[in-house]
Amino acid sequence: MTAQLLYGGAGLMLFVLGIWSFLVHEPLLRKVIALNITGAGVFHVLIAVAYRGDAAPPDPVPHALVLTGIVVAVSATALALILGARLQDSDDDA
Amino acid sequence: MPEPAMTAPLVLCIVLPLLGALFATALPGRAVAVGIVTALVTAAAAVALTLAVWEQGTLHLVLGGWEPALAIALRADGIATALVLMANLVALGISVYASGYFQDAIRIRSFWPLWLLLWAALNGLFLAGDLFNLYVMLELLGISAAALGALTGNREAIAANLRYLLVGLLGSITYLLGVAFLYTAHGSLDIGILAAAIAANEQLFAVDAAAMTLMISGLALKAALFPLHFWLPPAHANAPAPVSAALSALVVKAAFYLILRLWLDVFAPVTGMAAAMLLALLGSAAVLWGSWRALRAARLKLLAAYSTVAQIGYLFLFLPLLVATPEGPARDNLLAALLLMAVTHGFAKAGFFLAAGLVQTNAGHDRIDELGGTAQRLPATTFAIALAGSALIGLPPSGSFIGKWLLMQQAIATGQWWWVVVILAGTALAAAYVFRVLSRAFGLEPTPLRFITDPRAEVPALVLALVSVAVLGLASGPLWTLLGLSGADA
Amino acid sequence: MTDPTFATRPDPARAAERDRDLKLLLAVLLALLGVTMTAIYALALNAGAAPRLADLALARVPQTGVDNPVTAVLLNYRAYDTLMELAVLLAALLGIWSLGPAPAGFQRSGPVLAGMVSWVVPLLIVAGGYMLWVGGYAPGGAFQAGALLGAAGVIVRLAGDPQAGLPGEAAQRWLLVLGVLVFTLVGLGLMLFGAGFLTYPPKLAKWLILLIESAATLAIGVALAAAYVGGRPTATSPLDPRPSAQPK
Repeated sequence: MTAQLLYGGAGLMLFVLGIWSFLVHEPLLRKVIALNITGAGVFHVLIAVAYRGDAAPPDPVPHALVLTGIVVAVSATALALILGARLQDSDDDA
Repeated sequence: MPEPAMTAPLVLCIVLPLLGALFATALPGRAVAVGIVTALVTAAAAVALTLAVWEQGTLHLVLGGWEPALAIALRADGIATALVLMANLVALGISVYASGYFQDAIRIRSFWPLWLLLWAALNGLFLAGDLFNLYVMLELLGISAAALGALTGNREAIAANLRYLLVGLLGSITYLLGVAFLYTAHGSLDIGILAAAIAANEQLFAVDAAAMTLMISGLALKAALFPLHFWLPPAHANAPAPVSAALSALVVKAAFYLILRLWLDVFAPVTGMAAAMLLALLGSAAVLWGSWRALRAARLKLLAAYSTVAQIGYLFLFLPLLVATPEGPARDNLLAALLLMAVTHGFAKAGFFLAAGLVQTNAGHDRIDELGGTAQRLPATTFAIALAGSALIGLPPSGSFIGKWLLMQQAIATGQWWWVVVILAGTALAAAYVFRVLSRAFGLEPTPLRFITDPRAEVPALVLALVSVAVLGLASGPLWTLLGLSGADA
Repeated sequence: MTDPTFATRPDPARAAERDRDLKLLLAVLLALLGVTMTAIYALALNAGAAPRLADLALARVPQTGVDNPVTAVLLNYRAYDTLMELAVLLAALLGIWSLGPAPAGFQRSGPVLAGMVSWVVPLLIVAGGYMLWVGGYAPGGAFQAGALLGAAGVIVRLAGDPQAGLPGEAAQRWLLVLGVLVFTLVGLGLMLFGAGFLTYPPKLAKWLILLIESAATLAIGVALAAAYVGGRPTATSPLDPRPSAQPK
């Protein structure tokens, strides 16, 4: 319970920090990293839920959700970065 | 275990566009043919789904044959089916239009796979019965929508859609945190199981309320609820016309649908007047601000985009009335009116954007003040804009007229008369911005030497606009039946 | 998000001051949000409901065709999520391709890097195959294996091949859709035989899952490498004279 709360609470802090960074910082790369940190925070919360003490095996469902979430986050990050790169290209051309 | 044949349309509505996207990707030379065939069979599956729900009521299918708690469920009730039918017919119209719209081979190859993926995501979202699956669908929807929106390739479009993508991601991550809270407290992701658990565990009210706040805030960002609408106008106004139509008519509505689904099904014991009032207040601000900006917009597509902000606002006005109205015919009518407005806006806005795209293609621009001569040469298109516009205003006999009427009736009946003021003001502003366009279109220009006609582009716009006015207004009765409601036929 | 309507600044000093105040307000609000959420999270943990599903999930693992519970969730209980997750990856890549042709690659590697590449890449491919197989009974699986293949592509591109060792466009397109295609066809096939969409018969489950995972591994590997390439495949030579900056 304490371990879960510490780990999940840290995840919530990451979530909040990510939102802060997303709102405050202008450069695209920082925004993308901030979103990834926000996502990582949510994944932490899910992983903390999966823990059921040292004796019992962890709950596999949140683990699978996190794996799916990571793939989704990777995909979105890739698209965001390329959109940003194209934006920079058009600025360079102009 | 239900008959597989009975629930087949549930699966097919999602899998057919997905398969179409795969073949359009793998066979880029035949992308248009694959796209049109897919559009036809998917729309047919949606019609089959509607007939099945019409006859048997809510369909429910647990994938994988496991206990419902373990697996993902698909479900189609009246609300979901009404929106699926609307979305698929609109998407069919958009597909026909798009088959003639894109000329460049590279754009054609890019458009069709992404468009079909977006379609699969839409149907998947409407039919999902699992909160995490909804997260995946939201991301599929958001990513394909942003990619499609940037398809014009100009700087404004890329910048606007990059912002749309990032904002959408923030929204879905916030939503996911709410889901994580619910899983922690109740150990389930299934909408039905969670609804029962939330109703049974009143001591977890704080957790449920927090989860609801997170999820609805995330979705409000995606539904462009004022003041979280800032990303919408540039993203929708700079996309290619068929994409604008899809984004404004369907994608934003999907986020609203999800809010409604959570509000009615999952969090019913947690929702209260305070939350409903807050959302409706933001909705009223959206109605007034969106309509005002639409009136002031210099470009036709920007006008349409701001009008979407306003139209989404109307839908939120229903929430406090739903809270205040006890179960019964009055509440059923209200719910049907809500659906009727959402569906009418879907058809009308798609028709409007498709017609606006045609104007833009012919004039080379869409500046409203300079449309005089162009619109006169496009009689069918101008007519489509006028029809869609009258549905946006809510003139009889459009579906939104009935919707607004029932909304105002119930606002007065529950003593919340102030929403009526908002609705009337919004309607007056809508009339002003629609007539501003039409007065240009019917300007005193010399009669053109020839009229431009392009059936493949004009017919979809006209049919969609016509449906929003005539079919939904004059024959809205079946919607009540589909929703399985007892309310008096309007 | 900076709204352009707030961009009117008559006096830079005052604007900076207001900016600082806004940031402070935001920080306070977010700190409050963090504390509230942690308190509510503690409340949710106290309810102790989550493990109930875990018991059920673990109890059904023997019927799923795999021994690793996480793989059982990903490829059996919640296979539909994984199918759609592959579609998300495909959508992102199609989006990347729609934005233009790939920028030129990096310069050719020296003999040391080239020599290293020639044994690191085969190693990554073998490790990917192992990951795929091991996923059946231990941590691993299609995404991990695909990530290794994608990493091999990244290394090949860094070492000078602008196409990251990927085949031509036509083959790439088929490889990209392979994962979702096999997944969907298996699901539909099962539906056709009356089992229901993505409802594996227990006897066949192991082999169907392995088939799906193999296709998914290839598709994920190709998609990740192609995303790193950063644009539509071009038939042009590595000396494509595109002056743009590299996405890093």
